[in-house]
Amino acid sequence: MVSKADFEPWPEPPAPAGPQASPGSTGPQASPGSTGKYVAQSVTGAAKILIVGPLGVGKTTLIGTVSEIKPLFTEAVMTQAGARVDAPAHGTKDTTTVALDFGRITVAGDLVLYLFGTPGQHRFLPAWRDLAKGALGALALIDPRDVAASFDVLGHLEDLGLPFAVAVNVFPDSPQHHDAELRKALDLLPDTPLVLCDARDQTSSIQALIALVRHLILAATETP
Amino acid sequence: MTNGPWERTSPVRPYVITGGRAESEGGPLSWESLVMATDAAFPAALQPEHQAILTHCQGLLSVAEVAAHLGQPPSVLQVLLADLLEWGLIVTRPPIPPAERADVTMLRKVLSGLESRL
Repeated sequence: MVSKADFEPWPEPPAPAGPQASPGSTGPQASPGSTGKYVAQSVTGAAKILIVGPLGVGKTTLIGTVSEIKPLFTEAVMTQAGARVDAPAHGTKDTTTVALDFGRITVAGDLVLYLFGTPGQHRFLPAWRDLAKGALGALALIDPRDVAASFDVLGHLEDLGLPFAVAVNVFPDSPQHHDAELRKALDLLPDTPLVLCDARDQTSSIQALIALVRHLILAATETP
Repeated sequence: MTNGPWERTSPVRPYVITGGRAESEGGPLSWESLVMATDAAFPAALQPEHQAILTHCQGLLSVAEVAAHLGQPPSVLQVLLADLLEWGLIVTRPPIPPAERADVTMLRKVLSGLESRL
């Protein structure tokens, strides 16, 4: 155990943003779409979806567009031997940190959905394994200006056996791709959804998530 | 709010604070597990880190949210939360149990929740 003098105390928390929750409360917090700090008291479970893709593809933007809370940021420390570091930047051999941002959507009175933005580089794969555990699936964001940057990400998803949909984040200067060309380039299975989306637009981003969840439902009901 | 002063100013490695424990028995709480402080009065001798967590968890929050609010890695929070759980100072609402195949009822619920946002 460490003594009190060894560290700075944690910061004092700010006052709760939402109304004070009391057990069994059916106040405004209980309705889907709550924007308070806390999850509605009626919620009994949480699900998660990973938003994956290479750096700069728009993961943070999409999460910010659809999240009911201001997207949060956390750094996962990886200390396992399996945390392969290609090029240690600061001379540390056994630890690396993975920056992850995430958001929240209350999808039902009793269910909240978390979206975790997960970086695509190979060295972050150990963090993926933990996060992928229990995940419903993943939405893979593709930059149409650099399709090849997503090859690794799709490979990781296939290795993990995590079902996914592909969303092409359309940038103003995006080249036009035909679906068939993209599917071939990305080597997608025929039933893997491929949708266009604008990560800055809420409707478009929600529609991409809907395409994923529809795919998950089909996959779960298709075979006995 | 992304980095607590403790993280910025202290050279103490995150795992020091957990007494070197990396994981609780029965596996760590997942990042999306929801936690909330109970009404139990907490002992005065509680570590400041434990107290900070309880102060933050006056309502339901995921492990990831608590970590982000406190500027600490989720791996550290997982250990401290396991302590609090053992002492009866927090309760958890476990995530949807990982299944080989996702539960269709739950998926439909997610779908309808998303569609209602269009």
